Amino acid sequence: MRRALTVVSAWIAAIVLAGCGTAATSGGAASQAPAEKSLILATTTSTQDSGLLDELLPAFTRDSGWQVKTLAVGSGQAIELGRRGEADALLVHSPAAELEFVAEGTTGSRRLVMHNDFVLLGPKDDPADIKGASATEAMKKIATAEAVFVSRGDESGTHAKEKGLWPKAGVTPGGSWYQSTGQGMGETLRVASEKAGYTLSDRATYLAQRGSLALDVLSEGDPGLLNVYHVIEMTKKAGQLVQPEGAKAFADWIVAAPAQQIIGEFGRAKFGQPLFTPDAGKDESTLGQ
Amino acid sequence: MDVLLDGLVDAVRLLLTGDQDSWSITALTLRVSLTATAIALLLGLPLGATIALARFPGRRIALAAANTGMGMPPVVVGLFVTVLLWRSGPIGGLGLLYTPTAMVIAQAAIATPIVVALVAAALQQVDPDFRVQMQALGATPIRAFAALLGEARLPLLAAAMAAFGAVVSEVGAAQMVGGNLAGQTRVLTTAAVLATSRGQFSLAIAFGLILLLIAFCVNLSLTLIQQRQTALR
Repeated sequence: MRRALTVVSAWIAAIVLAGCGTAATSGGAASQAPAEKSLILATTTSTQDSGLLDELLPAFTRDSGWQVKTLAVGSGQAIELGRRGEADALLVHSPAAELEFVAEGTTGSRRLVMHNDFVLLGPKDDPADIKGASATEAMKKIATAEAVFVSRGDESGTHAKEKGLWPKAGVTPGGSWYQSTGQGMGETLRVASEKAGYTLSDRATYLAQRGSLALDVLSEGDPGLLNVYHVIEMTKKAGQLVQPEGAKAFADWIVAAPAQQIIGEFGRAKFGQPLFTPDAGKDESTLGQ
Repeated sequence: MDVLLDGLVDAVRLLLTGDQDSWSITALTLRVSLTATAIALLLGLPLGATIALARFPGRRIALAAANTGMGMPPVVVGLFVTVLLWRSGPIGGLGLLYTPTAMVIAQAAIATPIVVALVAAALQQVDPDFRVQMQALGATPIRAFAALLGEARLPLLAAAMAAFGAVVSEVGAAQMVGGNLAGQTRVLTTAAVLATSRGQFSLAIAFGLILLLIAFCVNLSLTLIQQRQTALR
């Protein structure tokens, strides 16, 4: 009896001690954090799922001394986190929503970083016959054929782009052929592939996962399909704990030559073509020309 | 099906080659979930014992609340903890969000109701005469309580295993309050989700298998303690 209790309490004591130990070390890490300088970057799933951030962030930390906590969420959520002062810098691709957000006056500068493009994907047999059509024409055909279209449905930049295309095609999507996942690009591609449906994706995420998908690029190159990324700095106006100096360090770094070179090279070795085009300092209206 | 086999091969390879990232993810998973379980036991044992043994108004409501808490979705707990820890939240100034400490807080909140409910159930099923006997034998209340815990040790250890199993396998709260930051708050479940969304299925399966393996090791050691004591009796 007593031995039973002793063993049990020894075990509990062991985990509690282990817990205290880790609590102490993590407490230590937390108290060092201000010295280590750590900023929160809210960004889109495409930059994480494509692997770009894995190349960029270690280089940024090495150059600047800032650690980065990345929250890879849809652009809508990223902007909301910025609005609440929960993030220091945003790297997002939802230009219309960004301009509205900047107009609220809590942000610092918003600068062009890079672009790639969106592509309309679908099954190889292409039941709605959209191959080679322009984006709006293709969307109209998909709706007319009532072919399965898988939407992100998560207020991300990709979702915003898709929602902007339907009115241009003169279609109000709805009905059983229009399916909304509410998930990131990787999961949505998977769903579209399994359901042999159409979907809109950024090219980077598609190329990074192409091998495991039964989806082909069916419509591309339309100027309306540009996918433009901006970096936005947050200021103290969004919240007392925002770190504008961290935001500035990140934004200045990502538009400078070394980072732009990493962006321009990213994916060339693995996919035979770069996934993003670096655009810092360019005029946005000249992109894609 | 190839994916499953590749996953198994990957899991073995990651473990054997001492892949730095996988080991640190595994170590963090253990550290966070064991600490959360320990905290849940520290809080849940006295609470569960009180509900089981004391008589006070609202006791049944407290028990029902604990039983409901057993089914609380981790993502809801994660959302509550996130809002509390936000920079704009009540204790946002501590800068705990997206740290392992935040994950421990959330997981302890998930595990505590489980411990409370199972401890209460375990102590209630001990023969009521047992306590009367202990008092008749002249045991102090503390001795009597310790003896009671000894009597109920099988279900008590089962409570610890249930609590650990719940937190080590949850992904919603870990993702939300931890943020799945590489090298800082990435645990096996969130790593598996990320690998899945990147289309790296065999890697995701490998993380899943490692998770199963460490859960098995922890439960094996608890079960050995549990059953050996039964044999000694």
